[in-house]
Amino acid sequence: MSAEAVTADLGHAADEHGHDEHATTTGLSHTKLAMWVFLGSECLLFGGLISTYLLYKTRGNGRTLPTDVFDIPFTSVSSFVLLMSSLTMVLALSAVSRGEAEAGRTWLLATALLGGVFIGGQVYEFTAFVREGVAFTTNPASSAFFTLTGFHGVHVSLGIVMLMSLFVASLKGRLTQRNAETVEIVGLYWHFVDIVWIFIFTVIYLIPAD
Amino acid sequence: MAIVEKTPLELGPGDSVRYAERPLGVFTRPQEGRGWRDWLSTVDHKRIGILYGASAMFFFLVGGVEALLIRLQLAAPEGSVLSADVYNQVYTMHGVTMVFLFIMPLAAAFSNYFIPLQIGARDVAFPRLNALSFWIWLSGAIFLNTSWIVGGGGADCGWFCYSTNSGVAFSPSHGVDFYAIGLQILGIASLVSSVNLIVTCLNMRAPGMTLMRMPVLTWMLLITQFLLLFALPVITVALFLLMFDRLFDAQFFNPDAGADPLLWQHLFWIFGHPEVYIIILPAFGVVSEVIPTFSRKPLFGYEFMVFSGIAIGFMGWGVWAHHMFVSGMGPISVAAFSLSTMFIAVPTGVKVLNWLATMWGGKLRFTVAMKFAVATVAMFTIGGLSGVTHSVAPADTQQTDTYYIVAHFHYVIFGGGVLGLFAGIYFWWPKIWGHFLNERLGNWSFWIMLVGFNLTFGPMHILGLQGMSRRIDTYARGYGFEFWNMAATVGSLLIAVSVVIFIWNVVKSKRDAPHLPPPGPDPWDARSLEWSIPSPVPTHNFDTVPQVHGRDEWWHAKYAENDEGQVVRVATAEEAAQTGEATGVHLPSPSFWPLAVAVGLPLIGYGLIFNLWLALIGALLTIASLYSWALEPVDDPDAAHDHHEDDKNEDDQTGGHDS
Repeated sequence: MSAEAVTADLGHAADEHGHDEHATTTGLSHTKLAMWVFLGSECLLFGGLISTYLLYKTRGNGRTLPTDVFDIPFTSVSSFVLLMSSLTMVLALSAVSRGEAEAGRTWLLATALLGGVFIGGQVYEFTAFVREGVAFTTNPASSAFFTLTGFHGVHVSLGIVMLMSLFVASLKGRLTQRNAETVEIVGLYWHFVDIVWIFIFTVIYLIPAD
Repeated sequence: MAIVEKTPLELGPGDSVRYAERPLGVFTRPQEGRGWRDWLSTVDHKRIGILYGASAMFFFLVGGVEALLIRLQLAAPEGSVLSADVYNQVYTMHGVTMVFLFIMPLAAAFSNYFIPLQIGARDVAFPRLNALSFWIWLSGAIFLNTSWIVGGGGADCGWFCYSTNSGVAFSPSHGVDFYAIGLQILGIASLVSSVNLIVTCLNMRAPGMTLMRMPVLTWMLLITQFLLLFALPVITVALFLLMFDRLFDAQFFNPDAGADPLLWQHLFWIFGHPEVYIIILPAFGVVSEVIPTFSRKPLFGYEFMVFSGIAIGFMGWGVWAHHMFVSGMGPISVAAFSLSTMFIAVPTGVKVLNWLATMWGGKLRFTVAMKFAVATVAMFTIGGLSGVTHSVAPADTQQTDTYYIVAHFHYVIFGGGVLGLFAGIYFWWPKIWGHFLNERLGNWSFWIMLVGFNLTFGPMHILGLQGMSRRIDTYARGYGFEFWNMAATVGSLLIAVSVVIFIWNVVKSKRDAPHLPPPGPDPWDARSLEWSIPSPVPTHNFDTVPQVHGRDEWWHAKYAENDEGQVVRVATAEEAAQTGEATGVHLPSPSFWPLAVAVGLPLIGYGLIFNLWLALIGALLTIASLYSWALEPVDDPDAAHDHHEDDKNEDDQTGGHDS
């Protein structure tokens, strides 16, 4: 009973400061928990697409396979750029949660730019592949490759849209220390998309097709 | 002890009050009221539950008409009610409608309405996302059915739409495109709703409501949400690939280019088998509430019920390939999936035995709800037993694609899922509407449905074992199929009669309600928190958020043990219940944006099929609405009440039974 009384008292204390976002059953805010749950679902989405590619990666129908035209040094560089954006994302969160709005904005913009560079690299890669005879409809392997990496690219692009929305909100003075958690939640999504890319890069680009 | 409410409802990060001077968005912020417009902007989980339920019942009638067409076609040999082509479309759309547009949303109705009430919350974690998932679901459902009008007919590839039947070569109309895109839209709705309800369940429980004190209905619905969360993305991938194949010439399912048709089968059934449990677990939850109430006993083996539900949720992922025993996937896979399929019968059997043990020695009251619940247990057991026969791969090889399979899954889905949810409808009707459903008409409806159901699907076991294929549009004389097909058709007409009686019951009960005594907060002498508040439920649910001390909290508010260890009543329901008269409770404000977002999605769908410009318009509408939504404060700054005063009011209130 005493534990319950304490809980009630804590609730009381929280209530006097208005609505405390953290007074939830798990202690996590709803939005953060929701993002984690959503990312769980995303794992299965990417899992399905990665499996599809693994099944089809050698099915060329007598035409060029994606593995024949991979430019691993180039993709390594753009992968590095994407991974570095996770670092700037962390710096953005750290700045916003310390109340340094301007530094926060800078790092948010840097993250979005690095993401943009990655997307630019992907667009270049896609056009280069098409020139070399691997288009979306060439064979099952190419369909699977473009769908998987394109789907990931769309995820990165949505992340960039979210980052830029935060950037604009910050410019208008709406992104303050007390809603640093919004940055953290966008960051969760951003890191997830990066981690997925580590899988894709390893499984699709680095493991050779026999 | 005054119980202080901790968080009435989540405010988003960044308190809305700061934006009070600059409200955004083109819509005047709607206020909750009583007109039809308020249903379009509502964010109340109870109204959204009702919207889900009503729409699901509508599509039950649509799917039912399709079922009757099938049975009329097959009533006699060489039937000519439908052409072979239309027959293919009708049975496909019957399956898709019943699964995605009837049972799943009806279960969603229960989730929306009762999860917050059973855990002692005032709403779900994200009220506007809740509205969004309903409107997206409805827009997807309408989209799917418009293929009859603008798509050149419904999908004609069966509900599991195997490759290569789903390709343009074998299905040239737009039906399959509508199937692929429509189910993706419905998938978004399920994803949003499952995230929302999982967070609600984990994060918004009343003080003292630990996980192992949650009512079993809430537990089963929570497991269902996890299954939805992880199963839907898998079919989304499959549908995504199918859409690219059909609309943009990708090569995923083109065997000529070396593609593997089994890819679709695996992806579909990795979704499809958990889907079976998505359908059945909510009904299990309902039955687990109804049977203890009408046996006047606590549920036997609560922990076993919960953990066998969780076990079903996990093992449901390891049995999918028993749908594919004849696909030639090899003896090791077949043996492995045979075994896992036999194992999954164990937790299911645990549940059945626990329901029986709950009734054993209880003071049984056979209301219509209880009859439906008992029938669910019996019919599901029959379906479960024929399911175990499928785990025997050699037998399954004989039965695959025969009416034996059709008989099996209708016993599970109709006999288990639908009868179970009907038990819930009769049980909670007085809680939702403040009047009972007529028991006499309910009895007629129940018995006719039970007889009709067995007459329809029982003979299909025999037809299947005699070798009648499913999905054939007709059959020749002289195979011995005539008698049992006619019996099944008569049975299906009986089901239709019982549904008509049910609808009449709904109308008549409402009409008679003013002349009958109101049911009060707790008409069935039930056990969980939703019965501790008035019927119908006030908008704010709970006057004070209850403090939970144990399982069956509400039962213990009414009953206690005396010195001799006998259970005695210590309070009537009316004494113990909350009055529902609290005022000034802080509630989330309604919004039109969820509806606006949902309208854009089918436009994208039509656009992908017919004209990409239309898709662009739909996408812009959706994006613009999402941004307006994000900029709209969670709480209306102009709303009539003031937060801080509310807090004081609630501080002063000492709760009902929990003080």
